[in-house]
Amino acid sequence: MSPEDPRTERARLAAAGARATTAAVVGGQPRKDVVRNTVFAVLLFAAILLALAGLAALLIQAFVKGGPRLGFDLFTESGSSDPTIAGFKQAILGSLMIIAGVIVLIVPLGVGAAVYLEEYANKERWWNRLIELNIQNLAAVPSIIYGILGLGFIVGGPVDLGEIPAAASLTLALLVLPIVIIAAREAIRAVPPSIREGSLALGATKWQTIRRQVLPASIAGIATGVILAVSRAFGEAAPLLLVGAAVFVTFDPQFFTEGYTALPVQIFQYATRPQEEFRILSAAGIVVLLVLLLAMNSFAIWLRNRYEQKW
Amino acid sequence: MERMTEEQRRTEGARARTAGGDDKRGLSQGIAVAEQARPSKGLSREKVFELEDVSVKYDGKPAVQEISFDVFKHNITALIGPSGCGKSTLIRCFNRMNDLIPSATIEGRILYHGEDLYGPNVDPVQARKLIGMVFQKPNPFPKSIYDNIAFGPRTIGMKGNMDEIVERALRRGALWEEVKDRLGDNAYGLSGGQQQRLCIARCVAVEPDTILMDEPCSALDPISTGKIEDLMLQLKDEYSIVIVTHNMQQAARISDMTAFLIVELDADEQNRWGRIVEYDDTEKIFTNPSDQRTEDYVTGKVG
Repeated sequence: MSPEDPRTERARLAAAGARATTAAVVGGQPRKDVVRNTVFAVLLFAAILLALAGLAALLIQAFVKGGPRLGFDLFTESGSSDPTIAGFKQAILGSLMIIAGVIVLIVPLGVGAAVYLEEYANKERWWNRLIELNIQNLAAVPSIIYGILGLGFIVGGPVDLGEIPAAASLTLALLVLPIVIIAAREAIRAVPPSIREGSLALGATKWQTIRRQVLPASIAGIATGVILAVSRAFGEAAPLLLVGAAVFVTFDPQFFTEGYTALPVQIFQYATRPQEEFRILSAAGIVVLLVLLLAMNSFAIWLRNRYEQKW
Repeated sequence: MERMTEEQRRTEGARARTAGGDDKRGLSQGIAVAEQARPSKGLSREKVFELEDVSVKYDGKPAVQEISFDVFKHNITALIGPSGCGKSTLIRCFNRMNDLIPSATIEGRILYHGEDLYGPNVDPVQARKLIGMVFQKPNPFPKSIYDNIAFGPRTIGMKGNMDEIVERALRRGALWEEVKDRLGDNAYGLSGGQQQRLCIARCVAVEPDTILMDEPCSALDPISTGKIEDLMLQLKDEYSIVIVTHNMQQAARISDMTAFLIVELDADEQNRWGRIVEYDDTEKIFTNPSDQRTEDYVTGKVG
């Protein structure tokens, strides 16, 4: 065969390629690659360092500034115009009350919606696709919009509850519901179809299969989603300002009848006062809020690791 | 049918074990063994399923075409054939699992004990209580061994002492001795073969009439496969069994009747579907098939 024969040429190229590959594997990486890899790794590390540094700076500032005021009395003392004795009792109570309401609302609604979308909805129908798309979108809507919605529809307007904690619960529940639905859907989708088939093949109905196999197997993911949603609701101030979390209350909140305030709102309120003592108090409030949030998130992580089902 | 006493069952099990223990048997030996394992009283010809021109389509595309044959009581009926011939599609028609796939449509008739399985008054959930299924990949529930078994009986509201139901099912699944001290352990801790026997035990716990097995041994090693085959030979005295298998030796070893399916292509090779070539006594299929294509397949010339 002549050297121009394409088959010979291909064979030559293939052999050369194989040699090059072998050389690369045996001879280690060329110097240029090593340099590039190192530079890239350093850049990536710098990126994470920068993010962490920002967080650390905020935390340190809050701790340093609020440090002198940290103490158990923050939980027991009422709001007051005297910064040396003022605490967060009503705010913490208000927040806990609102959050309890949020949980009661989002668990059945969120799980129900997720079960419908994953197990019942026919994806070929346009309205189901529309619902799906909008849930994704709703999760990205700014919280202040929900505040306006709450003000117009829940506090006043058609529902007309007035400025009470229940109205705040409803508003925040709407805000975080998409988070719960998305998390619950993912948890339900993670249960392999073979589990559903195994259950149905035993003569279980669809609902029995969902209730006794699918939901128990996805409970860790659902619970994690609920806790993350609750953390988000716990830290929200903007929508609460609109739906009537009063800037200053000295009485304990009542879920259906009385005005209220919430921890983030009170922090905001103290921070806007001119006196330096109130700013310190506000920093201490931030520490309290952070500790509560971190505790909730840690619980979520623990729950996930403890009950997560490996398939 | 009389339930066997514990004594009889042990003897039967021992006999089946002797018969099915060696996995290196050739085809002809396999048939001889299958012969030995058959009950001497002769096989029942009472019909459990009657298929009449059954075709299944997914989105209008045929998966199996015009299948007709009868499944007999207390027989092991094997469906064999090359990949893509629709064996799994077909077996999923027997307990209406295809109902769960929205795009699947089924034509023709399947009679179950003389009654139309797809008739307007038949609830697929009720049908699945009578017609159990074991899947290709062991699919235990993420629960304890005990709860895996108890799930079915609890769900369908079976009466009786649950501990006894669980023990009986695990004994019938030839798993009791291995797990009796750790019934509370998660079923995912069992080996693949044990998991599959658990799935069989789970299936018999609801006391079905028929057990469908869709390649139950394809994910298992030869020793586990041998155990499952022994178990099937024991179970066929109480249940009618339909098994899909890729493994011809397995069909030869354990089945009484064998259906051979092939893949057909349309003219432009865009669509492919399964069609039945031959259905007969397993012995005849493997030693003296009527159709050349069957012979080519079972002797290993094709496929």
